[in-house]
Amino acid sequence: MDIRIDLPGLHLKNPIMPASGCFGFGKEFAQFYDLSDLGAVIIKAATGEKRFGNPTPRVAETSSGMLNAIGLQNPGVDSIIEIEIPFMKGYDVPIIANVAGSTVEEYVQVAEKISDHVDAIELNISCPNVKEGGVQFGTDSSLAEEVTRLVKEVSSVQVYVKLSPNVTDIVAMAKAVEAGGADGLSMVNTLTGMRIDPATRKPIIANGTGGLSGPAIKPVAIRMIHQVYQAVDLPIIGMGGIETTDDIIEYLLAGASAVAVGSANFKNPLICKELIDELPDALEKYGFSSLEEAIGGAHDEKTPSSLFRT
Amino acid sequence: MKVIEHKSIARDTYQLILKGDLIEEVDEPGKFVHIQINPEFFLRRPVSIADVDFHEQTLTLLYKVMGKGTDALTEKRVGDQLDVLGPGGRGFPVASLESKHALIIGGGIGVPPLYYLAKNLVERGIKVTSVLGFRSEADVFYEDEFRELGEVTVVTNDGSYGEKGLVTDVLPNLEPTIDTYFSCGPGVMLKAVTEHLPHLPGYISMEERMGCGIGACFACVVPTPDMDEKGYRRICCDGPVFKAEEVVL
Repeated sequence: MDIRIDLPGLHLKNPIMPASGCFGFGKEFAQFYDLSDLGAVIIKAATGEKRFGNPTPRVAETSSGMLNAIGLQNPGVDSIIEIEIPFMKGYDVPIIANVAGSTVEEYVQVAEKISDHVDAIELNISCPNVKEGGVQFGTDSSLAEEVTRLVKEVSSVQVYVKLSPNVTDIVAMAKAVEAGGADGLSMVNTLTGMRIDPATRKPIIANGTGGLSGPAIKPVAIRMIHQVYQAVDLPIIGMGGIETTDDIIEYLLAGASAVAVGSANFKNPLICKELIDELPDALEKYGFSSLEEAIGGAHDEKTPSSLFRT
Repeated sequence: MKVIEHKSIARDTYQLILKGDLIEEVDEPGKFVHIQINPEFFLRRPVSIADVDFHEQTLTLLYKVMGKGTDALTEKRVGDQLDVLGPGGRGFPVASLESKHALIIGGGIGVPPLYYLAKNLVERGIKVTSVLGFRSEADVFYEDEFRELGEVTVVTNDGSYGEKGLVTDVLPNLEPTIDTYFSCGPGVMLKAVTEHLPHLPGYISMEERMGCGIGACFACVVPTPDMDEKGYRRICCDGPVFKAEEVVL
């Protein structure tokens, strides 16, 4: 089965890509398989200047997932353009740059610089682990709309806005960034959480709070994508706890056109490659004749099946 | 890898021997493996390699029960399969060492990687003197194994076995011929050791909670001194072994 999919500005060989922050800039995973096999790569967040990030411990395991508070550690946008992106260009795979910042000006500056070197931007207005900026843009719909509009003005490539699940009304956020001119959505970032060590009586993660990822958050992400798919007319890259092809199909049915695999890469470095190989058979098993047929498939049956009519 | 042997060797401390072809890639002491305990645990657990037997195709891991994950690991029985990734990281650079007399300083569950190191050093004709620190008598392990390789001083915090105190308390009594040190243990111990031995070249092995264990997630970073341009090292792939002056403890 052909599992290619076209999204604004992106021609994907398949709908599977590693999620930002879980794949570095590709080098480490290139030891395990050919990165050209991926649908795309979403690289680690770029900020205006080099950032060291938060103190350690930065991760803690949870039931069916993990917390992280890395704190957007990265070498800064100039170094990413000069050193990291050229490595990725050695592979035949679209590069999506995750753009972060503490201020609107920083988002605009990073997006303007990096957009000439990549295939699309994932605008990160949803990092829960930095003191300034980040999720504040992702939880206030007027700020989200503004930063999306300003980044769109300077970006030479399409902009996918990565939404935070830490909001009461995800549809309002999606509509706001759609009004700001977003070309697509990336859903969802991590949920803010905490673990406390009974022995030390302190949070395990040095930052206190961290972002929850993994299968624990998948039902939340599926619900949000299902809601947003009906409310806005933008393609969605779905993510949150994907580990199997059934998970991917669930995301597609909810309304995602492509998916990103995050923390599962830590468990199994080959996971993306394995899922890509298995997806066609998995779709066939559930009776789909194409990838497109699955996208938004949970929304199609608006009338009750005849089987249930009396 | 397949479990060949699994037994308790001290309080909450277990010896696990695994067989598999992964061992072919263990080219120096100080590397670690990343173990998936079972599907209930989302993250792998990094465990340092305590010994390798190339003839038997086995590696020895020594671990301490620190939480639910390592507690579940104790349930593994001989014959069980374990999902092991590795060997990861950079170990002790034994091939390029210019040492005649090495000092090994281990603290608690930091002792294991130093055993395979000490064996390697002795094989290379380097004299080894070891200082092993534990909390209490019940925690002491591998004293005899180290004694086969050279002189050993055991220190316990409460004085219930060997010398009483901290590993750094016995450093002034050691022979002046020592020209290099190697240490692994809790962060506070490593800091104290490096501060006590500023005149000697030293290597330290660090541990930290890890995510991917291959360098991609930046969970296990340690800062470097100001003059270092990169500003950090990743314990899982730039380490876990560093030159003592390479990182800020």
